[in-house]
Amino acid sequence: MLSVQHFGWKFLISSEWNPTQGNEHYGALLFIVGTLFTSILALIIALPMAFSTSLFIGEYFRNTRMASIVSTLVDLLAGIPSIIYGLWGFYILRPFIVSIGLSAQGYGIFTAGLILAIMIIPYATSLSNTSIMMVPNELKEAAYSLGATRLEVIWNVILPNARSGIAASYILAFGRALGETLAVTMLIGNANIIPTGLFSTGNTMASVIANQFGEASGLQLSSLIEIGLLLFVITTLINAAGKFIIKKMA
Amino acid sequence: MEIVNTQTKIKRADIFPDHFGRRKFKNNLFLGAVIFFSLITISFVFLIIGTLVVKGYHQINWAFFTQTPPDTFTAMMAKSSGKIIPGGIINGITGTLYLVAIASLIAIPFGILIGIYLYENSSKRYATFIRDITDVLQGVPSIVVGLIVYLWVVVHITRGYSVLAGSAALAIMMLPLIIRSTEEAMKMIPDTLKEAAIALGTPYYKVVLRVLIPTSFSGIMTGILLAISRIMGETAPLMLTTLGNPAINWNLTKPVSAVPLLIWQFYNDPNMVDLIWSSTLFLMGFVLILNLLAKWIAAKRNL
Repeated sequence: MLSVQHFGWKFLISSEWNPTQGNEHYGALLFIVGTLFTSILALIIALPMAFSTSLFIGEYFRNTRMASIVSTLVDLLAGIPSIIYGLWGFYILRPFIVSIGLSAQGYGIFTAGLILAIMIIPYATSLSNTSIMMVPNELKEAAYSLGATRLEVIWNVILPNARSGIAASYILAFGRALGETLAVTMLIGNANIIPTGLFSTGNTMASVIANQFGEASGLQLSSLIEIGLLLFVITTLINAAGKFIIKKMA
Repeated sequence: MEIVNTQTKIKRADIFPDHFGRRKFKNNLFLGAVIFFSLITISFVFLIIGTLVVKGYHQINWAFFTQTPPDTFTAMMAKSSGKIIPGGIINGITGTLYLVAIASLIAIPFGILIGIYLYENSSKRYATFIRDITDVLQGVPSIVVGLIVYLWVVVHITRGYSVLAGSAALAIMMLPLIIRSTEEAMKMIPDTLKEAAIALGTPYYKVVLRVLIPTSFSGIMTGILLAISRIMGETAPLMLTTLGNPAINWNLTKPVSAVPLLIWQFYNDPNMVDLIWSSTLFLMGFVLILNLLAKWIAAKRNL
């Protein structure tokens, strides 16, 4: 690994990315920040929607026709390829964001986070469904018989019991968001700067690989591969955390 | 005649404490919020598919399925004279099918064998290790898979972008899905069935081929179809492994195109915008059909 020899630990904390010949310097910090920023934003946006959908399927309309239709549609959402999300985001979502005046160009962390949120909803939903459904009926019935409303049952009985499953599903969805490539590449603006705000442009680890891999060679290629390694390590750690929580729950 | 109700009506407030109204209101409000957000979630499916159909259908014609894409200049001329862009994505369609076929050839036998191993030896240390590795593999971002295949296959084996490299990347992404679905499907087989076969003195390989695989076939099939529909739209790993090719190619060691790669190319070329939507519509349709087919098989099994 050329880039490891060359930059050592500084690779992680340097935010300069300069491929100019003779003045090459590569650091991964800005991509790490960009990746975490978009993914966390996506998670925050996805949270209410995924949570509602899993309650819809797992509690309110459990085992009804409506629930099976909704869960099929949510599964379809998972089946849509990343590039289609990217195109849809680029041609529909981006002009929409420009037209409501949130940002001049429509590119940036917010747009990318929004499209990522849609992409990870199915992952966050499917596992929380099952854990919400697995809450024993006796517990719920006991609460109802004490005169609790449905909301109170959800809040005081279902949530504490399904807590770890729901948490694990969001962690796994977060891991999924970290590695998404093309949809983010098309929307984030690909500026090699540390993002300063919600509507600032930026870059992520996956999209810098996708963008620069074609022309890269030597030190730059090696740096891109090191970014790939970092991405692998981060996602694996996140996924392992999710799996650990599931195991503890079982 | 009118029946007069002489009973005094009991009001809710007499039974329930004062704040019941507020609790009920909160309860209904929450239900409303749940339905509202769920509707938003599923509306994205319709929004996305609707956009594809509306923008893509007028480019779908015979040439779309039989010709290679035009060059930028031809596309520009057609666009400026108000006609639809000539040409199609035949190189992408054949490329995608070819890549998926080779990837399936690699991943399906391995996946099923590993799945059977995990099922038969579920508590062994080595099996647990393999299961954990499979989980890790499933979480690896697709672009990282692309990078790894680039480093191994593109640089060292085929010495250039190739079908083989692309298929290898796709196969790596298929493997965990197939392993998991095989193992899950086998777990549903009643033990008595297997024991009956063994009691008859059937050799082990025959138990696997004649009993285990046929009984869990629909489950395995669902997994395979879902895996194929998942990898079909993968673009990022293909960008690093097969690159793309303007013509049809059947040579394993040469670059090939694929529908998602073509979409990426069209996206980067302002003259080809109209072709994007029809290609995307085609890809989406294909993926959707595979998905629904898998669902249908799974539903039939559960009846």
